[in-house]
Amino acid sequence: MEKTVILQVRRYRPETESEPGWQSYEVPLRRDWMVLDALNYIKDHLDGSLSYRWACRMGVCGSCGMMVNGEPVLTCATYLEKLLPGPIRVEPLRGFPVIRDLVGDLTDFLAKLKSIQPWIVRQDQPAPAGEYLQTPQQLAEYKQYSMCINCMLCYAACPIYELEPEFIGPAAIALAQRYNMDSRDQGHQERMDVLSQHDGIWSCTFVGECTEVCPKDVDPAGAIQRYKVAATIDWFKSILLPWAKR
Amino acid sequence: MRPDSGYRLYHPKWYRRRMPIFWWLGKFSYTKFITREMTSMAVAYGGLLLLAQIWMLGRGEQAYQSFLSWLRLPAVLAFHLALLAAVLLHTITWLNLAPQALVVRLGGRRIPDGVILAGHYLAWLVASAAVAWLLLGR
Amino acid sequence: MVTALVLPALVALLWIAVPLGWADAPRDRLIELLRSPLSRLALFGFVTLSLFHWAHRFRYTLYDGLQLYHLNQLIAAVTYGIATLLTLVAGAILWTFP
Repeated sequence: MEKTVILQVRRYRPETESEPGWQSYEVPLRRDWMVLDALNYIKDHLDGSLSYRWACRMGVCGSCGMMVNGEPVLTCATYLEKLLPGPIRVEPLRGFPVIRDLVGDLTDFLAKLKSIQPWIVRQDQPAPAGEYLQTPQQLAEYKQYSMCINCMLCYAACPIYELEPEFIGPAAIALAQRYNMDSRDQGHQERMDVLSQHDGIWSCTFVGECTEVCPKDVDPAGAIQRYKVAATIDWFKSILLPWAKR
Repeated sequence: MRPDSGYRLYHPKWYRRRMPIFWWLGKFSYTKFITREMTSMAVAYGGLLLLAQIWMLGRGEQAYQSFLSWLRLPAVLAFHLALLAAVLLHTITWLNLAPQALVVRLGGRRIPDGVILAGHYLAWLVASAAVAWLLLGR
Repeated sequence: MVTALVLPALVALLWIAVPLGWADAPRDRLIELLRSPLSRLALFGFVTLSLFHWAHRFRYTLYDGLQLYHLNQLIAAVTYGIATLLTLVAGAILWTFP
Protein backbone atom coordinates (compact mmCIF):
# COMPACT_ATOMS: atom_id res chain seq x y z
CA MET A 1 0.00 0.00 0.00
CA GLU A 2 1.43 3.31 -1.02
CA LYS A 3 1.64 5.90 1.75
CA THR A 4 -0.88 8.72 1.46
CA VAL A 5 -1.46 12.16 2.91
CA ILE A 6 -4.65 14.19 3.29
CA LEU A 7 -4.91 17.57 1.58
CA GLN A 8 -7.62 19.90 2.87
CA VAL A 9 -8.33 22.27 0.03
CA ARG A 10 -10.34 25.48 0.25
CA ARG A 11 -13.06 25.28 -2.37
CA TYR A 12 -15.22 28.15 -3.54
CA ARG A 13 -17.82 27.68 -6.24
CA PRO A 14 -19.52 31.07 -6.62
CA GLU A 15 -22.36 29.73 -8.80
CA THR A 16 -23.60 27.57 -5.96
CA GLU A 17 -22.02 28.91 -2.75
CA SER A 18 -21.80 32.24 -1.01
CA GLU A 19 -18.93 31.17 1.28
CA PRO A 20 -15.87 29.00 0.71
CA GLY A 21 -15.69 25.54 2.28
CA TRP A 22 -13.18 22.73 2.73
CA GLN A 23 -12.83 19.56 0.74
CA SER A 24 -10.45 16.72 1.68
CA TYR A 25 -8.50 14.60 -0.76
CA GLU A 26 -6.20 11.64 -0.13
CA VAL A 27 -3.15 11.82 -2.38
CA PRO A 28 -0.10 9.54 -2.66
CA LEU A 29 2.85 10.62 -0.58
CA ARG A 30 5.91 10.44 -2.81
CA ARG A 31 9.32 11.58 -1.65
CA ASP A 32 9.93 13.99 -4.52
CA TRP A 33 6.42 15.44 -4.69
CA MET A 34 5.64 19.07 -4.04
CA VAL A 35 2.23 20.41 -3.02
CA LEU A 36 1.76 21.32 -6.69
CA ASP A 37 2.22 17.68 -7.69
CA ALA A 38 -0.47 16.73 -5.18
CA LEU A 39 -2.82 19.36 -6.64
CA ASN A 40 -2.13 18.09 -10.16
CA TYR A 41 -2.85 14.55 -8.95
CA ILE A 42 -6.20 15.74 -7.54
CA LYS A 43 -7.04 17.48 -10.80
CA ASP A 44 -6.03 14.52 -12.96
CA HIS A 45 -7.45 11.64 -10.93
CA LEU A 46 -9.77 12.76 -8.15
CA ASP A 47 -11.59 15.98 -8.95
CA GLY A 48 -11.22 17.73 -12.27
CA SER A 49 -13.22 20.73 -11.07
CA LEU A 50 -10.41 22.05 -8.86
CA SER A 51 -9.15 25.41 -10.14
CA TYR A 52 -5.66 26.80 -9.47
CA ARG A 53 -2.78 28.53 -11.24
CA TRP A 54 0.61 27.06 -12.06
CA ALA A 55 3.09 27.14 -14.93
CA CYS A 56 6.84 26.56 -14.76
CA ARG A 57 6.79 24.22 -11.73
CA MET A 58 10.32 25.29 -10.91
CA GLY A 59 10.03 28.52 -8.93
CA VAL A 60 10.67 31.16 -11.59
CA CYS A 61 7.25 32.16 -12.94
CA GLY A 62 5.51 33.15 -9.71
CA SER A 63 2.13 31.62 -10.67
CA CYS A 64 1.62 28.94 -8.03
CA GLY A 65 1.62 30.98 -4.83
CA MET A 66 -0.89 29.73 -2.22
CA MET A 67 -1.31 29.54 1.54
CA VAL A 68 -0.12 26.13 2.76
CA ASN A 69 -0.79 25.53 6.47
CA GLY A 70 -1.28 29.26 6.87
CA GLU A 71 2.02 30.31 5.27
CA PRO A 72 2.31 31.86 1.80
CA VAL A 73 4.56 29.59 -0.28
CA LEU A 74 5.24 28.57 -3.86
CA THR A 75 3.47 25.22 -4.11
CA CYS A 76 6.02 24.05 -6.67
CA ALA A 77 8.78 24.54 -4.10
CA THR A 78 7.17 22.99 -1.00
CA TYR A 79 7.77 19.30 -0.34
CA LEU A 80 4.82 17.24 0.90
CA GLU A 81 7.16 15.33 3.20
CA LYS A 82 8.14 18.49 5.04
CA LEU A 83 4.48 19.07 5.95
CA LEU A 84 3.77 15.68 7.54
CA PRO A 85 1.82 14.29 9.30
CA GLY A 86 -0.89 16.36 7.67
CA PRO A 87 -3.66 17.10 6.93
CA ILE A 88 -2.16 19.82 4.76
CA ARG A 89 -4.35 22.91 4.40
CA VAL A 90 -4.21 24.61 1.02
CA GLU A 91 -5.92 27.98 0.60
CA PRO A 92 -5.75 30.82 -1.93
CA LEU A 93 -3.30 33.69 -1.27
CA ARG A 94 -4.52 36.01 1.48
CA GLY A 95 -5.30 39.60 0.78
CA PHE A 96 -6.75 39.02 -2.67
CA PRO A 97 -10.41 38.47 -3.62
CA VAL A 98 -11.05 34.82 -4.43
CA ILE A 99 -12.48 34.23 -7.88
CA ARG A 100 -12.82 30.47 -7.54
CA ASP A 101 -11.21 27.72 -5.42
CA LEU A 102 -7.51 28.62 -5.19
CA VAL A 103 -7.54 31.40 -7.78
CA GLY A 104 -7.23 34.98 -6.57
CA ASP A 105 -7.71 38.20 -8.47
CA LEU A 106 -4.42 40.01 -8.99
CA THR A 107 -5.72 43.01 -10.98
CA ASP A 108 -5.08 45.30 -8.04
CA PHE A 109 -1.40 44.42 -7.93
CA LEU A 110 -1.03 44.80 -11.69
CA ALA A 111 -2.55 48.26 -11.58
CA LYS A 112 -0.23 49.27 -8.75
CA LEU A 113 2.78 47.85 -10.57
CA LYS A 114 1.91 49.88 -13.64
CA SER A 115 1.56 53.02 -11.53
CA ILE A 116 5.23 52.93 -10.53
CA GLN A 117 6.37 52.67 -14.16
CA PRO A 118 8.40 49.45 -14.03
CA TRP A 119 10.60 50.29 -17.03
CA ILE A 120 13.67 52.43 -17.73
CA VAL A 121 12.52 56.04 -17.92
CA ARG A 122 14.77 58.37 -19.90
CA GLN A 123 14.34 62.10 -20.38
CA ASP A 124 16.77 62.29 -23.30
CA GLN A 125 17.14 60.58 -26.64
CA PRO A 126 18.07 56.89 -26.94
CA ALA A 127 21.75 56.12 -26.39
CA PRO A 128 23.63 56.81 -29.64
CA ALA A 129 25.87 53.76 -29.31
CA GLY A 130 22.82 51.49 -29.12
CA GLU A 131 23.13 50.49 -25.47
CA TYR A 132 23.73 51.99 -22.07
CA LEU A 133 26.95 50.82 -20.43
CA GLN A 134 26.87 49.65 -16.84
CA THR A 135 29.65 48.48 -14.54
CA PRO A 136 29.25 45.38 -12.34
CA GLN A 137 29.09 47.70 -9.30
CA GLN A 138 26.19 49.59 -10.86
CA LEU A 139 24.44 46.30 -11.57
CA ALA A 140 24.98 45.17 -7.98
CA GLU A 141 23.07 48.22 -6.72
CA TYR A 142 19.72 46.98 -7.97
CA LYS A 143 20.23 43.32 -8.87
CA GLN A 144 18.61 42.00 -5.70
CA TYR A 145 15.38 43.88 -6.44
CA SER A 146 15.32 42.65 -10.05
CA MET A 147 14.91 39.09 -8.81
CA CYS A 148 11.20 39.61 -8.06
CA ILE A 149 9.03 37.05 -9.87
CA ASN A 150 5.74 38.79 -8.98
CA CYS A 151 4.56 35.77 -7.01
CA MET A 152 2.61 37.95 -4.53
CA LEU A 153 3.68 35.94 -1.47
CA CYS A 154 4.79 39.22 0.10
CA TYR A 155 1.30 40.70 -0.33
CA ALA A 156 -0.21 37.61 1.27
CA ALA A 157 2.18 37.89 4.21
CA CYS A 158 1.67 41.61 4.72
CA PRO A 159 -1.07 42.24 7.31
CA ILE A 160 -1.22 45.88 6.26
CA TYR A 161 -2.16 44.93 2.70
CA GLU A 162 -5.04 42.80 3.90
CA LEU A 163 -6.17 45.50 6.35
CA GLU A 164 -5.78 48.40 3.92
CA PRO A 165 -6.12 47.20 0.30
CA GLU A 166 -5.13 50.65 -1.03
CA PHE A 167 -1.58 50.09 0.24
CA ILE A 168 0.66 49.88 -2.80
CA GLY A 169 2.42 46.84 -1.35
CA PRO A 170 5.93 45.38 -0.97
CA ALA A 171 6.62 44.04 -4.48
CA ALA A 172 5.53 47.26 -6.20
CA ILE A 173 7.91 49.30 -4.02
CA ALA A 174 10.75 46.81 -4.43
CA LEU A 175 10.32 46.96 -8.20
CA ALA A 176 10.19 50.76 -8.10
CA GLN A 177 13.51 50.63 -6.25
CA ARG A 178 14.89 48.24 -8.88
CA TYR A 179 14.41 50.99 -11.43
CA ASN A 180 15.28 53.91 -9.16
CA MET A 181 18.63 52.34 -8.40
CA ASP A 182 19.36 51.41 -11.99
CA SER A 183 21.99 53.80 -13.27
CA ARG A 184 20.29 53.91 -16.67
CA ASP A 185 17.01 55.18 -15.24
CA GLN A 186 16.00 58.84 -14.84
CA GLY A 187 12.45 58.40 -13.58
CA HIS A 188 12.93 58.46 -9.82
CA GLN A 189 11.08 61.75 -9.38
CA GLU A 190 7.91 60.50 -11.10
CA ARG A 191 7.95 57.38 -8.98
CA MET A 192 8.52 59.49 -5.88
CA ASP A 193 5.26 61.33 -6.53
CA VAL A 194 3.36 58.03 -6.51
CA LEU A 195 5.20 56.36 -3.66
CA SER A 196 5.44 59.19 -1.17
CA GLN A 197 1.70 59.33 -0.68
CA HIS A 198 -0.02 57.87 2.35
CA ASP A 199 -0.94 54.65 0.52
CA GLY A 200 2.56 54.38 -0.82
CA ILE A 201 5.50 53.68 1.44
CA TRP A 202 4.04 55.43 4.46
CA SER A 203 1.40 52.77 5.12
CA CYS A 204 4.21 50.32 5.80
CA THR A 205 4.96 49.81 9.50
CA PHE A 206 7.93 47.49 8.90
CA VAL A 207 6.32 44.26 10.04
CA GLY A 208 8.98 42.54 7.94
CA GLU A 209 6.96 39.45 6.99
CA CYS A 210 7.29 40.22 3.29
CA THR A 211 11.05 39.68 3.44
CA GLU A 212 10.60 36.48 5.46
CA VAL A 213 8.40 34.79 2.83
CA CYS A 214 10.07 36.02 -0.36
CA PRO A 215 11.33 32.97 -2.29
CA LYS A 216 13.88 35.06 -4.20
CA ASP A 217 15.47 36.99 -1.28
CA VAL A 218 14.40 40.31 -2.73
CA ASP A 219 14.07 41.87 0.77
CA PRO A 220 11.14 44.19 -0.02
CA ALA A 221 11.06 45.41 3.60
CA GLY A 222 14.60 46.69 3.21
CA ALA A 223 13.70 48.34 -0.09
CA ILE A 224 10.78 50.12 1.57
CA GLN A 225 12.77 51.39 4.56
CA ARG A 226 15.55 52.61 2.30
CA TYR A 227 12.96 54.42 0.25
CA LYS A 228 11.50 56.00 3.39
CA VAL A 229 14.94 57.40 4.18
CA ALA A 230 15.35 58.65 0.60
CA ALA A 231 11.85 60.17 0.53
CA THR A 232 12.42 61.96 3.85
CA ILE A 233 15.71 63.42 2.65
CA ASP A 234 14.03 64.45 -0.58
CA TRP A 235 11.25 66.17 1.37
CA PHE A 236 13.72 68.09 3.52
CA LYS A 237 15.63 69.10 0.40
CA SER A 238 12.46 70.39 -1.23
CA ILE A 239 11.69 72.47 1.86
CA LEU A 240 15.18 73.80 2.46
CA LEU A 241 16.39 74.09 -1.13
CA PRO A 242 13.27 74.61 -3.24
CA TRP A 243 15.20 76.13 -6.07
CA ALA A 244 17.46 73.12 -6.54
CA LYS A 245 16.78 71.36 -9.81
CA ARG A 246 15.59 67.85 -9.02
CA MET B 1 -14.78 43.90 -12.39
CA ARG B 2 -15.74 45.12 -8.94
CA PRO B 3 -15.87 42.45 -6.26
CA ASP B 4 -19.09 43.75 -4.78
CA SER B 5 -21.19 43.74 -7.94
CA GLY B 6 -23.21 40.72 -6.91
CA TYR B 7 -23.83 37.51 -8.79
CA ARG B 8 -24.21 37.54 -12.53
CA LEU B 9 -24.18 34.44 -14.71
CA TYR B 10 -20.71 34.83 -16.20
CA HIS B 11 -19.27 37.11 -13.47
CA PRO B 12 -19.85 35.35 -10.19
CA LYS B 13 -19.29 37.09 -6.88
CA TRP B 14 -15.70 37.15 -5.72
CA TYR B 15 -15.11 36.29 -2.08
CA ARG B 16 -13.16 38.50 0.30
CA ARG B 17 -12.66 37.28 3.82
CA ARG B 18 -13.11 39.60 6.78
CA MET B 19 -9.89 40.12 8.67
CA PRO B 20 -10.46 38.90 12.25
CA ILE B 21 -10.09 41.51 14.98
CA PHE B 22 -7.35 39.46 16.67
CA TRP B 23 -5.44 38.80 13.47
CA TRP B 24 -2.24 39.69 15.29
CA LEU B 25 -2.62 36.73 17.63
CA GLY B 26 -2.92 34.28 14.76
CA LYS B 27 0.75 34.19 13.83
CA PHE B 28 3.68 34.56 16.25
CA SER B 29 5.54 36.98 13.98
CA TYR B 30 2.50 39.27 13.97
CA THR B 31 2.30 39.13 17.77
CA LYS B 32 5.99 40.00 17.98
CA PHE B 33 5.31 42.95 15.70
CA ILE B 34 2.46 44.34 17.81
CA THR B 35 4.50 43.86 21.01
CA ARG B 36 7.33 45.80 19.41
CA GLU B 37 4.95 48.62 18.49
CA MET B 38 3.49 48.71 22.00
CA THR B 39 6.94 49.49 23.43
CA SER B 40 6.32 53.01 22.13
CA MET B 41 4.11 53.40 25.23
CA ALA B 42 7.15 52.69 27.39
CA VAL B 43 9.01 55.44 25.52
CA ALA B 44 6.26 57.98 26.20
CA TYR B 45 6.08 56.96 29.87
CA GLY B 46 9.86 57.32 30.16
CA GLY B 47 9.79 60.82 28.72
CA LEU B 48 6.94 61.85 31.02
CA LEU B 49 8.52 60.37 34.15
CA LEU B 50 11.69 62.28 33.37
CA LEU B 51 9.61 65.42 33.07
CA ALA B 52 7.92 64.65 36.38
CA GLN B 53 11.29 64.17 38.05
CA ILE B 54 12.54 67.50 36.70
CA TRP B 55 9.41 69.21 37.95
CA MET B 56 9.85 67.67 41.42
CA LEU B 57 13.48 68.80 41.42
CA GLY B 58 12.30 72.35 41.08
CA ARG B 59 9.68 72.14 43.79
CA GLY B 60 11.98 71.94 46.78
CA GLU B 61 13.76 69.37 48.92
CA GLN B 62 10.66 67.90 50.54
CA ALA B 63 8.72 67.41 47.32
CA TYR B 64 11.73 65.76 45.71
CA GLN B 65 12.24 63.41 48.67
CA SER B 66 8.61 62.27 48.49
CA PHE B 67 9.14 61.61 44.78
CA LEU B 68 12.20 59.50 45.61
CA SER B 69 10.26 57.55 48.24
CA TRP B 70 7.58 56.88 45.65
CA LEU B 71 10.29 55.52 43.34
CA ARG B 72 11.39 53.15 46.12
CA LEU B 73 7.95 51.54 46.58
CA PRO B 74 8.17 47.82 45.68
CA ALA B 75 5.25 47.99 43.26
CA VAL B 76 6.78 51.00 41.50
CA LEU B 77 10.20 49.33 41.34
CA ALA B 78 8.64 46.19 39.86
CA PHE B 79 6.80 48.31 37.30
CA HIS B 80 10.01 50.09 36.38
CA LEU B 81 11.78 46.76 35.96
CA ALA B 82 9.08 45.85 33.43
CA LEU B 83 9.62 49.30 31.91
CA LEU B 84 13.32 48.53 31.56
CA ALA B 85 12.47 45.28 29.76
CA ALA B 86 10.12 47.13 27.40
CA VAL B 87 12.66 49.87 26.72
CA LEU B 88 15.37 47.28 26.06
CA LEU B 89 13.06 45.49 23.63
CA HIS B 90 12.40 48.82 21.91
CA THR B 91 16.10 49.56 21.55
CA ILE B 92 17.21 46.07 20.51
CA THR B 93 14.50 45.61 17.87
CA TRP B 94 15.22 49.09 16.50
CA LEU B 95 18.98 48.55 16.28
CA ASN B 96 18.62 45.08 14.75
CA LEU B 97 16.57 46.52 11.91
CA ALA B 98 19.16 49.18 11.10
CA PRO B 99 21.17 47.09 8.57
CA GLN B 100 18.03 46.51 6.52
CA ALA B 101 17.27 50.20 6.26
CA LEU B 102 20.79 51.54 5.90
CA VAL B 103 22.57 50.20 2.85
CA VAL B 104 25.73 52.20 2.25
CA ARG B 105 28.19 51.67 -0.56
CA LEU B 106 31.77 52.78 -0.20
CA GLY B 107 34.07 52.55 -3.16
CA GLY B 108 31.76 50.23 -5.05
CA ARG B 109 31.38 47.68 -2.25
CA ARG B 110 28.49 47.39 0.14
CA ILE B 111 29.32 47.82 3.82
CA PRO B 112 28.51 44.44 5.48
CA ASP B 113 25.39 44.26 7.66
CA GLY B 114 27.54 43.23 10.62
CA VAL B 115 29.50 46.45 10.45
CA ILE B 116 26.35 48.60 10.37
CA LEU B 117 24.94 46.62 13.28
CA ALA B 118 28.15 46.88 15.29
CA GLY B 119 28.25 50.62 14.64
CA HIS B 120 24.74 51.05 16.03
CA TYR B 121 25.41 48.95 19.13
CA LEU B 122 28.59 50.93 19.69
CA ALA B 123 26.56 54.14 19.47
CA TRP B 124 24.24 52.68 22.11
CA LEU B 125 27.17 51.89 24.37
CA VAL B 126 28.59 55.39 23.95
CA ALA B 127 25.23 57.02 24.60
CA SER B 128 24.67 54.91 27.72
CA ALA B 129 28.15 55.76 29.01
CA ALA B 130 27.43 59.45 28.39
CA VAL B 131 24.16 59.23 30.35
CA ALA B 132 25.91 57.46 33.22
CA TRP B 133 28.71 60.03 33.26
CA LEU B 134 26.23 62.93 33.25
CA LEU B 135 24.07 61.53 36.04
CA LEU B 136 26.60 59.92 38.32
CA GLY B 137 29.62 62.15 37.91
CA ARG B 138 33.24 61.43 37.33
CA MET C 1 16.55 56.86 17.45
CA VAL C 2 17.70 59.18 20.21
CA THR C 3 15.23 57.72 22.70
CA ALA C 4 16.30 54.19 21.76
CA LEU C 5 19.94 54.99 22.55
CA VAL C 6 19.39 56.95 25.75
CA LEU C 7 16.35 55.42 27.49
CA PRO C 8 17.73 52.05 28.67
CA ALA C 9 20.58 53.70 30.57
CA LEU C 10 18.22 56.36 31.91
CA VAL C 11 15.65 53.86 33.18
CA ALA C 12 18.29 51.53 34.60
CA LEU C 13 20.09 54.31 36.48
CA LEU C 14 17.52 56.86 37.55
CA TRP C 15 14.61 54.58 38.34
CA ILE C 16 16.16 51.27 39.35
CA ALA C 17 19.78 51.74 40.46
CA VAL C 18 19.30 55.00 42.37
CA PRO C 19 16.12 53.98 44.28
CA LEU C 20 17.80 50.67 45.16
CA GLY C 21 20.83 52.52 46.47
CA TRP C 22 23.24 51.02 43.94
CA ALA C 23 24.14 54.43 42.58
CA ASP C 24 23.82 57.98 43.75
CA ALA C 25 22.48 60.97 41.84
CA PRO C 26 22.07 63.69 44.44
CA ARG C 27 19.59 66.49 43.98
CA ASP C 28 22.23 69.19 43.83
CA ARG C 29 24.03 67.52 40.98
CA LEU C 30 20.86 67.09 38.93
CA ILE C 31 19.88 70.73 39.51
CA GLU C 32 23.39 71.74 38.43
CA LEU C 33 22.88 69.79 35.20
CA LEU C 34 19.64 71.61 34.50
CA ARG C 35 21.08 75.05 34.97
CA SER C 36 22.33 75.59 31.44
CA PRO C 37 19.75 76.49 28.79
CA LEU C 38 21.41 74.02 26.44
CA SER C 39 20.64 71.06 28.67
CA ARG C 40 17.07 72.28 29.14
CA LEU C 41 16.70 72.50 25.38
CA ALA C 42 18.13 69.00 24.96
CA LEU C 43 15.72 67.63 27.55
CA PHE C 44 12.82 69.44 25.91
CA GLY C 45 13.81 67.84 22.61
CA PHE C 46 14.08 64.44 24.25
CA VAL C 47 10.64 64.61 25.87
CA THR C 48 9.07 65.94 22.67
CA LEU C 49 10.65 63.18 20.60
CA SER C 50 9.52 60.43 22.94
CA LEU C 51 5.96 61.81 22.99
CA PHE C 52 5.63 62.13 19.22
CA HIS C 53 7.32 58.77 18.66
CA TRP C 54 4.61 57.23 20.83
CA ALA C 55 1.82 59.23 19.16
CA HIS C 56 2.85 58.10 15.68
CA ARG C 57 3.36 54.43 16.49
CA PHE C 58 0.36 54.11 18.78
CA ARG C 59 -1.89 55.70 16.19
CA TYR C 60 -0.83 53.13 13.56
CA THR C 61 -1.09 50.29 16.06
CA LEU C 62 -4.70 51.22 16.83
CA TYR C 63 -5.41 51.80 13.15
CA ASP C 64 -4.06 48.42 12.01
CA GLY C 65 -4.15 46.34 15.19
CA LEU C 66 -7.74 47.01 16.13
CA GLN C 67 -8.94 48.03 12.64
CA LEU C 68 -10.38 51.32 13.83
CA TYR C 69 -10.34 52.97 10.39
CA HIS C 70 -13.57 54.83 10.86
CA LEU C 71 -12.04 56.51 13.90
CA ASN C 72 -8.89 57.50 12.07
CA GLN C 73 -9.41 61.27 12.36
CA LEU C 74 -10.30 60.98 16.04
CA ILE C 75 -7.33 58.76 16.88
CA ALA C 76 -4.93 61.05 15.02
CA ALA C 77 -6.36 64.10 16.77
CA VAL C 78 -6.23 62.47 20.20
CA THR C 79 -2.71 61.01 19.96
CA TYR C 80 -1.05 64.00 18.36
CA GLY C 81 -3.17 66.29 20.52
CA ILE C 82 -1.99 64.63 23.72
CA ALA C 83 1.59 64.74 22.47
CA THR C 84 1.31 68.46 21.66
CA LEU C 85 -0.33 69.27 24.97
CA LEU C 86 2.29 67.43 26.99
CA THR C 87 5.03 69.04 24.90
CA LEU C 88 3.69 72.44 25.94
CA VAL C 89 3.63 71.28 29.57
CA ALA C 90 7.24 70.13 29.21
CA GLY C 91 8.17 73.50 27.76
CA ALA C 92 6.52 75.29 30.64
CA ILE C 93 8.23 73.17 33.27
CA LEU C 94 11.66 73.50 31.71
CA TRP C 95 11.26 77.24 31.07
CA THR C 96 10.25 78.01 34.65
CA PHE C 97 12.80 75.77 36.31
CA PRO C 98 14.53 77.78 39.08
